[in-house]
Amino acid sequence: MDLKEKLISSFMAFENNVDVEHPVHDLRMEAIKNFEVKGFPSKKEEAWKYTSLKSLQKVDFSIFPKQENALEYKDVKRYFLHEIDSYKIVFIDGIYSSFLSETTHDGVDICLMSSALTKPMYKPIIDVYFNKVASKDESLTTLNTAFSKEGAYIYIPKNKMPKKPVEIVHFATGNEASLMLQPRNLVIVEENAEVQIIERHQSLTPNAVLTNAVTEIFAAQNAIVDYYKIQNDNSSASLIDNTYIDQKSKSNVNVHTFSFGGKLTRNNLNFYQDGEHMDSTMKGVTILGEKQHVDHHTLVHHQQPNCESHQDYKGIYGENATGVFNGKIIVDKIAQKTNAFQQNNNILISDKATINTKPQLEIFADDVKCSHGCTIGQLDEEALFYLQSRGIPKKEATALLMYAFSNNVLDSVRIPELKVRVNKIIAQKLGVNLGFDL
Amino acid sequence: MLEIKDLHASVEEKDILKGINLNVSAGEVHAIMGPNGSGKSTLASVIAGKEEFDVDKGSIALEGEDLEDLAPEERAHKGIFLSFQYPVEIPGVSVTNFMKTAINESRKARGMEDMPANEMLKLIREKSEMLEIDRKFLSRSLNEGFSGGEKKRNEIFQMAMLEPKLAILDETDSGLDIDALRIVANGVNKLRSKDNAIVVITHYQRLLEYIVPDYVHVLYDGKIVKSGEKELALELEEKGYDWIKQEAVV
Repeated sequence: MDLKEKLISSFMAFENNVDVEHPVHDLRMEAIKNFEVKGFPSKKEEAWKYTSLKSLQKVDFSIFPKQENALEYKDVKRYFLHEIDSYKIVFIDGIYSSFLSETTHDGVDICLMSSALTKPMYKPIIDVYFNKVASKDESLTTLNTAFSKEGAYIYIPKNKMPKKPVEIVHFATGNEASLMLQPRNLVIVEENAEVQIIERHQSLTPNAVLTNAVTEIFAAQNAIVDYYKIQNDNSSASLIDNTYIDQKSKSNVNVHTFSFGGKLTRNNLNFYQDGEHMDSTMKGVTILGEKQHVDHHTLVHHQQPNCESHQDYKGIYGENATGVFNGKIIVDKIAQKTNAFQQNNNILISDKATINTKPQLEIFADDVKCSHGCTIGQLDEEALFYLQSRGIPKKEATALLMYAFSNNVLDSVRIPELKVRVNKIIAQKLGVNLGFDL
Repeated sequence: MLEIKDLHASVEEKDILKGINLNVSAGEVHAIMGPNGSGKSTLASVIAGKEEFDVDKGSIALEGEDLEDLAPEERAHKGIFLSFQYPVEIPGVSVTNFMKTAINESRKARGMEDMPANEMLKLIREKSEMLEIDRKFLSRSLNEGFSGGEKKRNEIFQMAMLEPKLAILDETDSGLDIDALRIVANGVNKLRSKDNAIVVITHYQRLLEYIVPDYVHVLYDGKIVKSGEKELALELEEKGYDWIKQEAVV
């Protein structure tokens, strides 16, 4: 039985554990039908030309985690931004860990999707937002919708801002020989409200893990959302991340994606601008080696006038690593005075590493500023000579320059401790050992 | 200190240096002047070991040791310093962290331990005060967004930190206003000693009013066509380079 059949046949068992009377279940049923028709995307589809899910479909993944596993905080502390206090929504093998979590209902709701989907008090919100921006025909998104049950639920009412950032962390412990996870997150930030979220998927085992995540983010007027994705997983873990963002006037949403590991990572990041005078920022640093693969697919749909979008992705690929950047910008006819910028710069440090980069602009308005640029290159020889002439050996100088190349993406990171942490990971990945006191 | 014999160098099969002979002893300051395109900056880069240039003939020795097979960083460890005409911007790496790295790499190459943090801080404070550099400046990314003058001052700060035996200043005066020029020149003069040597490469005589050379050489078409004492610089300032070119042709 291949993975598709297994998923479809597991749906009935899944239904025994959810409230089939809830309106969300109608969405699940539609979604599984869509997935049944479409199945997993193949390389024949343009959007999946460079990323193959074939080998993953041959793995006999467990669809439901069997038992609860415990982790000691001291053993996983390093995966949290432990330098500062934070709210935490933590899952172990897909099951909520109340022991490692710190949720709140104090003025804001930072809690579990399973509660939001079952408790009547959340129903009005769920009715308005759940599955409203996520795609209803993209097959992997609908697969997640079909099995949507658990994840993070974050609701920030008007004029509120949580006292500290929120960390959403998924651990896999290797309880199962191979495990598939499908977390579903919903983030709603009302007018003039603000939130900072850090998300991480971390496998603690050489056993295979496949995560197919969907996150919906709704930013109302004047809302500010900072979302940071840390993808530094081990080489047996794969991640398909589907993030959908609905933005209203004067809102500001920034998504930073740090891809430093994992076997296969696919990021589908979709911004829908529904209002005026807003700003959408997508930034990424990718540093990969081994046979790791990352595929960044971004979409910004400018649907109204006077908005901006900024994309800046930097990639360093070594050994046999492969990368994809596909950035699509759509500017509707009505969306005059749009400023859309896209930049993708890559450095290949091995003859066997590859990158496929493709800007895709569909512009129907005539009074817009859109720019895009992609580069694939080696390091600046003059800069290398400069560092060497100061006594820094070539190897260290090379690492230092790569560090400089990638780290300016971090200027827009607004949590200082996170910036330091990511800087350290970058330095470590590049073998920069410079006694930094960052 | 520095002994250059019949040096020929080329880039992409284009000959640039066509037989340079130059001896610089400890305690001396030499100025190399010449019109644009005569090979001044190439000479500086070749001494510092830039790989882009091929040394086709001749030799460069520092304190009797031939430099031919040494990488730029190894030459730096031996005590060669090049102040760049166009210092490179390195975002994300502060001036302080950069200096720590450079100093400790040199110490490592000489078999020494890392410089203790308090000693490093003291050194940084002392040298930055000498060049009238604001402390805030030291935590900024190296050369990023620096003005022309700040970049040059930062080059001399690096020189002061690294205490080279042979410093080559490539067009250090370009882009400097008169105040910055004075600060930079004062810094260089304080670093002069009987144990080190300085080669000043410049197009104009202006800098040499502040850093007074013992000898002046005129480089033209890849060769030193005239050498003299400091008065030669004044003569060049007055008459321009045309008479040198004519003499060279004759």
